[in-house]
Amino acid sequence: MEVSWALLANAVIAGLLLGGFYAAMSVGISISFGMLDVVNIAHPAFIILGSYIAYIVNDRFGFDPIVVSLVVSPLFFLLGAALYRVYYYCFERRGQESLRGLAFFFGILFITEVALVLVFGVDYRMVSTRYGDVTWRAGEVDFPMRLVVPFLVSMVMVIGVQLFLTRTFFGRAVLAVAQDQLALRLMGVNPVRVKELAFALSIATAGVAGSFLIVIQPVQPAIGREFIGLVFAVCVLGGMGSILGTLIGAFVLGLAESFTSTFFGPSWAPAVSFGLLLATLAFRPSGILGR
Amino acid sequence: MSNKIFAAVTIAVALVLAAVTQLIPNEYFFSAAYTVLLFVILATAWNILGGYTGYVNFGSAAFFAIGAYTTVFLYNAFKAPLAVGIVAGTLVAGLAGLGLGYLTLRLRGVFFAIASLALAVVLYIFVVNWDYVGGARGAYVIQPREIPFGLPRYIHLIYAVQLVMAAFALVVARAIEKSTLGRGLAAIRDDELAAECSGVPTLKLKIFSTMASCALMGMAGTTFPYYLSYIEPSSAFSLSYAVNSIAMPLIGGMMSWMGPLIGAVLLGSVQQLVQVTVSSAWNLLIVGVLLVLFVTLAPNGIMGWVDAWRRRKGR
Repeated sequence: MEVSWALLANAVIAGLLLGGFYAAMSVGISISFGMLDVVNIAHPAFIILGSYIAYIVNDRFGFDPIVVSLVVSPLFFLLGAALYRVYYYCFERRGQESLRGLAFFFGILFITEVALVLVFGVDYRMVSTRYGDVTWRAGEVDFPMRLVVPFLVSMVMVIGVQLFLTRTFFGRAVLAVAQDQLALRLMGVNPVRVKELAFALSIATAGVAGSFLIVIQPVQPAIGREFIGLVFAVCVLGGMGSILGTLIGAFVLGLAESFTSTFFGPSWAPAVSFGLLLATLAFRPSGILGR
Repeated sequence: MSNKIFAAVTIAVALVLAAVTQLIPNEYFFSAAYTVLLFVILATAWNILGGYTGYVNFGSAAFFAIGAYTTVFLYNAFKAPLAVGIVAGTLVAGLAGLGLGYLTLRLRGVFFAIASLALAVVLYIFVVNWDYVGGARGAYVIQPREIPFGLPRYIHLIYAVQLVMAAFALVVARAIEKSTLGRGLAAIRDDELAAECSGVPTLKLKIFSTMASCALMGMAGTTFPYYLSYIEPSSAFSLSYAVNSIAMPLIGGMMSWMGPLIGAVLLGSVQQLVQVTVSSAWNLLIVGVLLVLFVTLAPNGIMGWVDAWRRRKGR
């Protein structure tokens, strides 16, 4: 097969745009799994939940899904705080997070998926936006707006999270929790409170990422589990707990998926993230930017 | 009770049960019982790694499907009989478990859990794209015309085979639990670092228990293509196998071989009832809710209640 430049350029652009979206999905996991050591495998369930909320409001009132998700993100924040409370009191405090905590999040993931199936069925849902069908063309390279808009908002969100973590007092407290909880306790700070707010933030980003997802592609409840491997792959690939690493990991994965679906067929694309994850775990578990 | 006596008794009970229940006139009983027994094997197998060793395997469906698709492959290639499929499927699933364990068990337990989930998705996509075993369309496996022991229908045979395999899984689980190996695994579960320092060969033991657990899961799947004489990837890789094989030991109790058995029989029967009377989506919701409720409120499961009750009576 002869590789044309246009095909290659399109694959690169699509990969980068997709990577930006993956960063938005994974930044929450970088906070909860990478920094707080809370293995929230239910993270994709909240992404799908965000998609469905954006879908309902868009379907009824025609509001833009991304705007809707930003408006309801405080609700996701509260949901996250409540979830962490349950997790902390039932598992983390008793030192049972490794087995029962994982099973708990798995149960939450499963319940959310089945509940969405019961309410909405297994049909694919989509949203209508003004930019959904618009595509910019620069020469032979396509810039579909349904990828560009989520990409831009997602970059703002990821950079915002990074600035929040490095520039604000509270953000630095989160980084401190990631490094040494005992030391933080000795400084008179309650690590549980810090972790609760940071976990809530991670769930809020999941809700916003959900609206990107439904702008990019139709959504049905069961697709959430395909993203479990993806978000963890990005987080591990980039290096645990590093937002910059997450960004790099997301772009690497986006490019890898885009090239795979261009040259081998789209049905193989979902296997890329899992393959990369397995390879990273086997050969470089600390990731690209890992210590 | 020594292992040999336990094995003899359990297998004998299974054989007698398989023979006596053949008299039940209701055909539905056999397919319902087959499903419950399938869950008994999966739950028992999961518990060898999850309950005894403390490592969470989210990929039960993957190993189950490996067993099932090994049968399909051998059937397509050589028209291999069921017995060959059972042995081969068990071995292949065990080897897959060995590979996964070798790659990820050196890391923290979390990574094994995530990798097992990843394996399920990679294998699913692999099977969907592999036309020889039916691809996304699925494959037909014709049930043999002659059925041994003069049984009326093939499902009766599959059910009896599944019953004996469930007994075998229980024997293996109990043997591991009561052996020195089982104590090593318990040491890993309670404090891996301390176990390593006391000279427990942790990596070897973990890999062994992963292999045994995954092999038994594969064994559970080997009869599955014959069950409906049709198999397709999304039913073989269904997430409900992963959820059930975690929920059942957690609800029954993870510390002994009896817990998964109790959990699987209870939860499996309830699901069969709900599936017939309400719908299969509700039945999955019930499993999920029960899993979360038990894990938060009764972390030691039903066997935990039994133990507490015994202790109170003993005092």
